[in-house]
Amino acid sequence: MKFNDDSGFIIRMFHVYKRYASKNALIDINLDISENEFLFITGPTGAGKTTLLKLLYLGEPASEGQILVGGRSLSRISRRQIPFLRRKFGVIFQNYKLIPTKNIFDNIALVAEAVGTKKRLIQKKVKSVLRAVGMEEKLKAFPPGLSGGEQQRVAVARAIAGNPGIILADEPTGSLDAESARIIFDLLKGLHTRGATVIIATHDTELIRRTGGRVVLLEQGRLKMSTIIPKLS
Amino acid sequence: MLRFFKRAIQDILANRFLNTVTIISIALSVLIIGAFALFFINANAVINFWTKGIRIMAYLEPDIPDEKISEIKQKIQRTEGVRDVRFISKEDALELLRIQMKEQASLIDNLNENPLPNAFEIHGRTVIRNWEKFEALAQQIQSLPSVAEVEYGQKWLGKFINIFNLFRLTGYAMSCLFFMATVFFVANTIRLVLYSRHEEIEIMRLVGASESFIKDPFYIQSLIQGSVGGMIGLGVLFIGFKFVIGDWIVDIWGWKLEMNPNFGFPISDFQIRFLSPEICIGILAGSMFVGWVGCHLSLRQFLKL
Repeated sequence: MKFNDDSGFIIRMFHVYKRYASKNALIDINLDISENEFLFITGPTGAGKTTLLKLLYLGEPASEGQILVGGRSLSRISRRQIPFLRRKFGVIFQNYKLIPTKNIFDNIALVAEAVGTKKRLIQKKVKSVLRAVGMEEKLKAFPPGLSGGEQQRVAVARAIAGNPGIILADEPTGSLDAESARIIFDLLKGLHTRGATVIIATHDTELIRRTGGRVVLLEQGRLKMSTIIPKLS
Repeated sequence: MLRFFKRAIQDILANRFLNTVTIISIALSVLIIGAFALFFINANAVINFWTKGIRIMAYLEPDIPDEKISEIKQKIQRTEGVRDVRFISKEDALELLRIQMKEQASLIDNLNENPLPNAFEIHGRTVIRNWEKFEALAQQIQSLPSVAEVEYGQKWLGKFINIFNLFRLTGYAMSCLFFMATVFFVANTIRLVLYSRHEEIEIMRLVGASESFIKDPFYIQSLIQGSVGGMIGLGVLFIGFKFVIGDWIVDIWGWKLEMNPNFGFPISDFQIRFLSPEICIGILAGSMFVGWVGCHLSLRQFLKL
């Protein structure tokens, strides 16, 4: 999916601040992200990683500064247009955020339906994304009956069900064992290979070193460093 | 739209208890408001029936020239609240009296001169709505020069109309109260459903579901609640009405219950009627509107972001 501006960057942040009542969560963030980039946002707990991701899909508005997504300023997006912005993102959470009362099929079908997929195509779409994450046989299972790794695979399937151009993953392996984490990372890498821009917020440095890519370090809300780490051979 | 309807039905079935409570509260409100409407409509018809013949008789002083009479007629005609004016000459009045007194007509024949005055028969516009206005109109006519005396309807009818108007006000107030209470009930039901599904709603918003995709099933749910509650309320009112007026016979496996079959209204030629189809549709639309308002308030509060 191509929706970057002439600059070649799919996301641009200019002097972005996010303030809560008593503290600054993000301070003067300037960041450019290219299309089809594989980017890690890292830093200690409370550094502002999750907040930064939320600002991108307008989970929360920035207090100051400008954010451009696909060349469009988020501060100029009307309430009515927010859903269309969010459809550009596939979001994966540490705690999966699956609906426990709906089976796996319905969890993903809901997304497909919400983004306007035609009814006759929904079943095909759900099966195809579940196949992509290796969960096709768990179609009728309910989230509480799945392991953490399986639930996160379903969450990845849900994130890609709307064909987003950007994948935002917030601590996607935070609560998974090493093997499950590896599977999830492989899936994210696969999405990147197929053209998606992948942004992962994590404090798992081991995983970053093993995967390689651009790493942005946040500390106490400030962007301290942006560097490229080579993949461990 | 069909899938939203399906989701709304699924929600209702998943939250049966809450939805049943809401539907019952809507039905009760419709029943009470409908009963008020039924009373007012029929009472209005009764008063209409009674006041159909009510008019002001303005008797003129003797020996007024014809041109002066037509001048007075014009003045009365121009008075606010007057619907029509008819002049009854003293000769016409005597002739009427002769007809009415058939048996004693000879008494009238023996009169040396006509003792009856010229008069105007005046019909007002505001009898039912406001008896005071009708009285004020009579006094205004009384104050006209050359009008000797004014006579109009029974005092008790005026009191009845005033009491009726008081009831009408009470009815409006009660309807408003029930409207608010029902909105509150519906709003709370929807709010509870929203709380129970907040995770799902949050996810839908994160994946880019439009506002209408999230909200429409709730609106449909509230419209279903309103229409079902409205139909139940009107249905119960209709059954109650049939029982009260007495043309209702229940026959359950041979056990017959016949309610008060000889009950009649103490006015000949007057038939108590149930609410017209237009009013029933209006009440049904009103109950759906109540559901919609309750839902709208909850959604507005819950889906602020």
